[in-house]
Amino acid sequence: MRLELTDDERTIDEVFGGFFRNECPPSVVRTAEPLGFDPGLWARLAATGAPAMGLPEASGGGGASLTDLAIVAEQVGRAIAPVPFVEHAVATRLLDRFGAVTDALRDGDAIATLAVRPAAAGATWSLVPAGAVAGTVVGLVGDDLVVVTSPAPGAAPRNHAAMPLADRSPAGGTVLASGADALAAFAVARAEWQTLTAAALVGITRSALTLALTYVQERHQFDRPIGSFQAIQQQLADIPIALEGATLVAAKAAWASDAGAPSVVDVADCDITDFVTLAAMAFLYTSDVAAMATDRALHAHGGYGFSEEYDIQLYYRRARGWALVAGDPSLECRSLADTMFGPVGSEA
Amino acid sequence: MDFTLSPEALEFRESVRAVLREHFTPEVSERQHSSGTFNSPEINRALAAAGVLERAVPGLGKGDPIELWMLFNEMEKVSAPVDGISMALMIGGVVAHVGSQEQQDTVLAEILTGEVLVSLGYSEPETGSDVAAASTRAVRDGDEWVINGAKMWTTMGHVANWILLLTRTNPDVPKHKGLTMFLIPMDLPGITVEPVHTMGTERTNATFYDDVRVPDRYRIGEVDGGWKVMAVALAFERGVMGGTSMGVPLLHHFHRWAAEVRDDAGRRLLDDPLVREQMVRVAIDNEIASLMTQRCAYIAATGGLPGLEGSMVKVFSTDAYQKASKWFSRSAGPAGLLQFGESGAAGDGWVEYDARHSPVTTIYGGTGEINRNNIAERHLGLPKAR
Ligand SMILES: Cc1cc2nc3c(=O)[nH]c(=O)nc-3n(C[C@H](O)[C@H](O)[C@H](O)COP(=O)(O)OP(=O)(O)OC[C@H]3O[C@@H](n4cnc5c(N)ncnc54)[C@H](O)[C@@H]3O)c2cc1C
Repeated sequence: MRLELTDDERTIDEVFGGFFRNECPPSVVRTAEPLGFDPGLWARLAATGAPAMGLPEASGGGGASLTDLAIVAEQVGRAIAPVPFVEHAVATRLLDRFGAVTDALRDGDAIATLAVRPAAAGATWSLVPAGAVAGTVVGLVGDDLVVVTSPAPGAAPRNHAAMPLADRSPAGGTVLASGADALAAFAVARAEWQTLTAAALVGITRSALTLALTYVQERHQFDRPIGSFQAIQQQLADIPIALEGATLVAAKAAWASDAGAPSVVDVADCDITDFVTLAAMAFLYTSDVAAMATDRALHAHGGYGFSEEYDIQLYYRRARGWALVAGDPSLECRSLADTMFGPVGSEA
Repeated sequence: MDFTLSPEALEFRESVRAVLREHFTPEVSERQHSSGTFNSPEINRALAAAGVLERAVPGLGKGDPIELWMLFNEMEKVSAPVDGISMALMIGGVVAHVGSQEQQDTVLAEILTGEVLVSLGYSEPETGSDVAAASTRAVRDGDEWVINGAKMWTTMGHVANWILLLTRTNPDVPKHKGLTMFLIPMDLPGITVEPVHTMGTERTNATFYDDVRVPDRYRIGEVDGGWKVMAVALAFERGVMGGTSMGVPLLHHFHRWAAEVRDDAGRRLLDDPLVREQMVRVAIDNEIASLMTQRCAYIAATGGLPGLEGSMVKVFSTDAYQKASKWFSRSAGPAGLLQFGESGAAGDGWVEYDARHSPVTTIYGGTGEINRNNIAERHLGLPKAR
């Protein structure tokens, strides 16, 4: 057991932390609205090798673990960087399992994404994350795993979190797998997306806390910093608590994948090492934590938190958008319930 | 991070499980609830015989602190009586850290036999959260001290052999600087114990100290250095020494019951989508509490004192437990009002019990507000609250 980063992981954290601090201050985030994509920033990120970082070395990638990718994703979240790092990493890892990664995708000259919500046969994938900027989309259509490459629309419907969302049609795509194989491959990819998004939401939470702490120590009312009021302190004290748990559960999901941990889901014993289950748990928990933290941080800013000028509103909106694009969390819970407690109507 | 449990840790867990399988009988379970004393000498003795206790004392260096977490986690998961042994081992950890050689040879050695319990004498009738304002007096008289005062909430005081007693030795300095800690036998002349009964069945005590004479060798830590001893004790109390997995048995009891009861249409409660969602949320919170507790244990294992992390998991797990208890008791309706032994009681009476017990968990061991104050000031670096 080792519940802290290794030296190598710390290096990844510092390198990408530095990259986003330098290359992606809030002004970059603002300029990229409403589309939520900055091609220049993506090109500079691609120059670091990030787009292929998570592919196996045998496929010309960096051989990074999901844990490594999660460290980068957390930094993406801290900076709310307008780049589809998570979607591209997950989609290319999935495509690689079918030998379908091109050089352009490896270099980041082309972008791929995962349609996180499956489409019914004959339907389109709706509101695909990074769908507005990715030429290649992979996802489920009925029981088929389909990849399609078509021109990215380059524009998104105006949305809460300024995300590059788009409806995309699987028509004319290639079927990579069908039936159980397709479902299994998609389940892993979706769990990877949930794990990396969970890490990004941890990053959002960390930044929201920093913004709140800075503000409440600067802002004075009644001749004292508002951070000295106990009502403010008690509200903010919940954030590091939640952050500790969120960090651990997201890390555990990534570990379960990297270590090939056994598929144990024993709720009565609180013993869960199954990757897909942990990924969903991490995603649900970090979604709540990021929403809570940005909510409280915004509130601690008073009226200024509601103004466009202050950065906390950028985080507030993304904390919700990045999570809800996967669908109703209640449905995610019900699907977890099937794993944990057996399907509805099943007898114990 | 690496969440793999070592083969030694798994073996340790198995030895705890084996003791519980043999000694946590229905009679022991029934007795803890009818007596309100959450302690089982049989289990404690068997844990000692299995070599578990000495491995679980923090700082003794015989086992991995991960094992400390495992011991309490395994006991709590099956709702075995944990209060007595956890307080004893916690004080064992304090003795290992700051006790004299003599205290290590006597009290610590006795604790490790599983036969001896220790109670905590911090709170007083007039001081709870402001524990450093304790007024029980200890006055030096040659090689002895004379102690006078009263303690409140001395849990296990009626069965404990020793008490860790926080006293005031200097009233003329700032409150934190005039405290001295003693570790004294409970059978000294001048100590009396009166029961205090609680809504959660748990029996605790008021204890009184009337010209109790104690030799100086019963002092633990420096004269006027009691607050330092407190800091060690609190770092162990919050987080590692149990009290963070109450949601696990609650979910388990509720699950079993919800799979059996049916509404008029013959539908199981377990098939209700809202109930399922709440159960999943509780399972997630249980996992988070478990991970945060493991992290405290890991910090202790790598030489640190998980003080703040302990406050964090204490706040998280007790809030989560109360939320779970509230949800399940609502979903159970009137069946959730029925107590142990009544036919039709939800979760065999556990749903009702947890609704009665959960409120105290955000009060004792430092209230939620006090722990959040600590986090705000010491972790977030915010100015002292007004
Ligand atoms: C069943 C039980 C067992 C116990 N066992 C033991 C034991 O074995 N040994 C022992 O020493 N003690 C024990 N305690 C005592 C326990 O530690 C205290 O109850 C606790 O510390 C709170 O103190 P208090 O009850 O005096 O409440 P108070 O300190 O009077 O607090 C009352 C309320 O005011 C709030 N409050 C107080 N100060 C602040 C502040 N600065 N900021 C914000 N809010 C504040 C509190 O959060 C609380 O909600 C036990 C208590 C119970 C109920």
